Amino acid sequence: MAQDILQFVLFGAVLVALAIPLGAYMARVFAGEASFLRWLERPIFTAAGIRPEQGQHWSAYALALVAFNLAGFALLFLILRFQHLLPWNPLGLPGLSGHLAFNTAISFVTNTNWQSYGGETTMSYLSQMAGLTTQNFVSAASGMAVAAAVARGLASKQLRTIGNFWADMVRATLYVLLPISIVLALLLVWQGVPQTLDTSLTATTLEGAEQTIAIGPVAGQIAIKQLGTNGGGFFNVNSSHPFENPTAIANLLEVLAILVIPVAFCFTYGRMVGDRRQGRALFAAMGILFVVGLGAIYASEIQPNPLYPANVVAADGNMEGKEVRLGVGNSALWAEVTTAASNGSVNSMHDSFSPLGGMVAMLNMQLGEVIFGGVGVGLTGMLLLVIVTVFLAGLMVGRTPEYLGKKIEAREIKLAALTLLVMPIGVLAFSALSLVVGTGQSAVLNQGPHGLTELLYAYSSATGNNGSAFAGLTANVDWHNTFLGLAMLLGRFGYIIPILAISGSLAAKRTAPASAGTFPTHGPVFVTLLVATILIVGALTFLPVLALGPIAEHLSIAAGQSF
Amino acid sequence: MTKATSTTAEIGLFNGAILRRALGQAVLKLNPRGLARNPVIFVTSLTAVLVTILVIRDGVAGADSFGIGIQVAIWLWFTVLFANFAEAIAEGRGKARADAFRATRSTTRAKVLADPRRRDIHHPKDAAALEEGDVVLVEAGDIVPTDGEVIEGVASVDESAITGESAPVIRESGGDRSSVTGGTRLVSDWLVVKVTARPGETFLDKMIALVEGAKRQKTPNEIALDILLAALTLVFLFVVVSLPVFAMWSGTEIPVIYLAALFITLIPTTIGGLLSAIGIAGMDRLVKANVIAKSGRAVEAAGDIDVLLLDKTGTITFGNRMADAFMPLPGITEQQLAEAAHLASLADDTPEGKSIVALAQKRFALRNDTASGASFVPFTAQSRMSGANLKDGTSIRKGAADVILRHVNQPASHELDRIVRTIASSGGTPLVVAEDTRILGVVHLKDVVKPGIRERFDELRRMGIRTVMITGDNALTAAAIAAEAGVDDFLAEATPEKKLELIRSTQADGRLVAMCGDGSNDAPALAQADVGVAMNSGTPAAKEAGNLVDLDSDPTKLIEIVLVGKQLLISRGALTTFSIANDVAKYFAILPALFVTAYPGLAVLDIMRLGTPSSAILSALIFNALVIVALIPVALRGVKYVPASASALLGRNLLIYGVGGLVAPFIGIKLIDLVVDLLRLA
Repeated sequence: MAQDILQFVLFGAVLVALAIPLGAYMARVFAGEASFLRWLERPIFTAAGIRPEQGQHWSAYALALVAFNLAGFALLFLILRFQHLLPWNPLGLPGLSGHLAFNTAISFVTNTNWQSYGGETTMSYLSQMAGLTTQNFVSAASGMAVAAAVARGLASKQLRTIGNFWADMVRATLYVLLPISIVLALLLVWQGVPQTLDTSLTATTLEGAEQTIAIGPVAGQIAIKQLGTNGGGFFNVNSSHPFENPTAIANLLEVLAILVIPVAFCFTYGRMVGDRRQGRALFAAMGILFVVGLGAIYASEIQPNPLYPANVVAADGNMEGKEVRLGVGNSALWAEVTTAASNGSVNSMHDSFSPLGGMVAMLNMQLGEVIFGGVGVGLTGMLLLVIVTVFLAGLMVGRTPEYLGKKIEAREIKLAALTLLVMPIGVLAFSALSLVVGTGQSAVLNQGPHGLTELLYAYSSATGNNGSAFAGLTANVDWHNTFLGLAMLLGRFGYIIPILAISGSLAAKRTAPASAGTFPTHGPVFVTLLVATILIVGALTFLPVLALGPIAEHLSIAAGQSF
Repeated sequence: MTKATSTTAEIGLFNGAILRRALGQAVLKLNPRGLARNPVIFVTSLTAVLVTILVIRDGVAGADSFGIGIQVAIWLWFTVLFANFAEAIAEGRGKARADAFRATRSTTRAKVLADPRRRDIHHPKDAAALEEGDVVLVEAGDIVPTDGEVIEGVASVDESAITGESAPVIRESGGDRSSVTGGTRLVSDWLVVKVTARPGETFLDKMIALVEGAKRQKTPNEIALDILLAALTLVFLFVVVSLPVFAMWSGTEIPVIYLAALFITLIPTTIGGLLSAIGIAGMDRLVKANVIAKSGRAVEAAGDIDVLLLDKTGTITFGNRMADAFMPLPGITEQQLAEAAHLASLADDTPEGKSIVALAQKRFALRNDTASGASFVPFTAQSRMSGANLKDGTSIRKGAADVILRHVNQPASHELDRIVRTIASSGGTPLVVAEDTRILGVVHLKDVVKPGIRERFDELRRMGIRTVMITGDNALTAAAIAAEAGVDDFLAEATPEKKLELIRSTQADGRLVAMCGDGSNDAPALAQADVGVAMNSGTPAAKEAGNLVDLDSDPTKLIEIVLVGKQLLISRGALTTFSIANDVAKYFAILPALFVTAYPGLAVLDIMRLGTPSSAILSALIFNALVIVALIPVALRGVKYVPASASALLGRNLLIYGVGGLVAPFIGIKLIDLVVDLLRLA
């Protein structure tokens, strides 16, 4: 246990040590100051007709983003639907069904990477590389662009524009995602992750039977799946597969890669708005929630299953669904990281976690993926909650609420309040609908509280654009493919468009200089209030259903009843 | 300041007459059109209607659930009624104040002049029927029929009816004291007044409408808060509507009546119910301070002010220079100089003259009768000096150095020059005294800073508000007074243009500016400022330009207005926080009650150990309704505001209303549950 905690501390230290310089670097990238790739950037801008200095009104920015994602969706849908007619399909896999292609295309465009299918047995190499990996890059870059635009809007004084979407997206890909994922892919190859166009290996087992082992262009996809908080694995079992995650070093590299950009964005933000304390405050709030979540998951997984008979020794804790080579510590860390950061890749099966451990993972998503969250969008999701918090706090100090000197008025509150509805609709309303409509219900494999948790987890994962699965739910059916797809759209654009609108509206406002009467949004009081607001909003929304799901299951197991 | 009349008297929080009227009003306010203005309470009343229908159905069918159902329905209606009651009390207090205003309104008829130049020919007209532009004659003893501008005459006016200040004030044509307010009474002389207000739009009318809350518009922050509350209500709607599905999956059924109770306890009914009462009470506090706001927006803006522009004269200093020291020339004692100055000033009833007499008497115990037979020579524009001619033929004169030197026809001695310079450079005014042709010395007149004003400015600084002193004095004088008064900055040799320029540049930095003014030349600056407080004694142009009017014409009132604005916002924020924090305890009361049949293990969530599931639900609902009533006094009085930095304020309010809001319902619900159990209500 001491070793696990030491490892957590080490992880945190390395993470922050990497994120701070990366944050500073990204601030330069989005300000157009990073120039070592100008030779590559210029031709792209020229060819695409992008004028990076030409700012867009928030609505033009949002429209560009939506149009770009829509085009990405259409292209990916066609590739998946018709992969059997396209090259690079050595296994001769058939085209995807309409609803699965719909679900998967949305899933990758929205940076969710929910997978209703098993990767190695469904996707051709063309689908994996040209389809999915491309979206892994550009969906992440879209999210990063949003964060850059929002930070810019908050920092500007009486401007009508919030930056250029195309320039932000190209720069995010070129200067941040590509270089880091190339380095990471090489490191993973060094650790034994395959990167080949061969289809499979054939091995003879000890019993003399012949076994086919799937391989393929894994390392490249794994690098970007972690770095861009995508999470969609090459293999069905994701990062618990030894080819995706072969060694302790690979495991550490991958789990760092998941969080490094979301954490760095806090610092990028602080620099972009010209007050680094603001970024640190957001980092502190996210960090507190992260540490609490990690502690909770670890504490519940280190306990053995209470249903074991007394004579069974389970010194390693709850090992069900966990890789023996990774153990409870690494599994708990990964579970916390992947659900906090809207990544969704897994190195253990969350379905087999203790009820409370699984609940924390689910709650991380239900809080709106703001504990670092997805690249870029985690930060902007947090800013929406900051606005709500600032509004309450501002009233309590007797001034029209201000954030970074910008007045928060009816328009901003209207937009921010709108986003409070995303989670209740995507998780509560959609899950309830699935239960009412028979086809949704029949797909839930387990009964009782655990079955309810499995269903809720799926919709929380989709709405939070996380993509991790709890299993136990046959998601590849009409109903779930469709509604999980809608939940992903809601969870993506239901946050992105309002925050861009807020950013546009704040960009146009005057910036009031701070005084003793202004409420500081960087101190411990504010961080505490922000954390409390997030927890209370989340708890008030989800406590009833959590009581019927994981909490009921936990109490029942303690009383000797299983489901 | 003495406040004498009924308009400004304190109205008790639990005034019996107001309470009785409010009880009736609470029922009348069930009118759906009124309820729809408040989303949270509107939703509550819809829920109450739904539950009532269900209960009646149960009653007809003779179902067991009728007993608890009828109680839930009753408490839902009580929740709505309590919210209405809170609003009605606030309005009732406003009405009481308005009635007092209304009583001062004249029923006498106005004397309308057909020709403004002929004061002898006038015909009577109902005061309420006066049109803008009518010209009326007001004579001693008459009540001014409506608001207007004096176009001819000088008179003293008793404005106590609206200001509570009993000393009459002078109103005259031209200049900055040309406006009269309807309802005030002429004590002497006569005035010809041109009506400036349309019927029903006089200050008195505006004030009455304002305090009655009749024409109350929602203020910007109130609208924003309303949106947030509506969104929270929607969130809880999704929570509650999806719950029976999840419960069914878990093998239990939740009665609709219980769901309704859960829904109402979760949505922010506390702040929703008190929101309009807080707004009306805020206006009421402003009126109590004798300030009329033209809109609620101005009051809110007052809470946001970053920079206060204050006129030096009358606000920071007493407005009159006062004698501070006698500085004799060589060969003359201080007492000689004091005696001469005393003699020269005895009959001088200007504030300067009085202050010289007072200082001389204090220093040298001089007596008033030493000047019998002296004749006083008043200050005129031509002579530019004043003094006295004594019985023995001695003439004593005091005045500015150059004037006196010309009067005695001799050049300034080196010593005189030095004294005059010293005084001038310290921001004072040197007054040279001469006896016949001999110069005795100099009286140091000083602008005296009001006592306590420095502390006021320190307080403002702690609140994050900068003070800027505006004065026509030169920079040297201004700096000296600014330092003494403790303002943050000053604008010397101010002209209306410079003032306007200062406001614009301050606003360009993103700061909100407040100022007060009375003259016509202040009008542009008043209009430009985010909060412009016009003095009621000022010109109609100034009153038109400002967004607040101070009936007492007291420039320091700005500070109070800022406090009222802040208190209004704090009350809303604090009660919202309280309302939301309350929900945690309600979950712990209701969730185990709803789910315990499905999962008996969930009984551990019942940390309050409530009697039965139905008593738990009923108790939470009753608590939710009663807390509205319990907080009415807080809403009316406003959350206590002590000037402090934002962080300190937030810490304090979070502790009281945030943590308090978390804890209070655990205790409250438990106590109510004990009573419910005792009475076997559920």
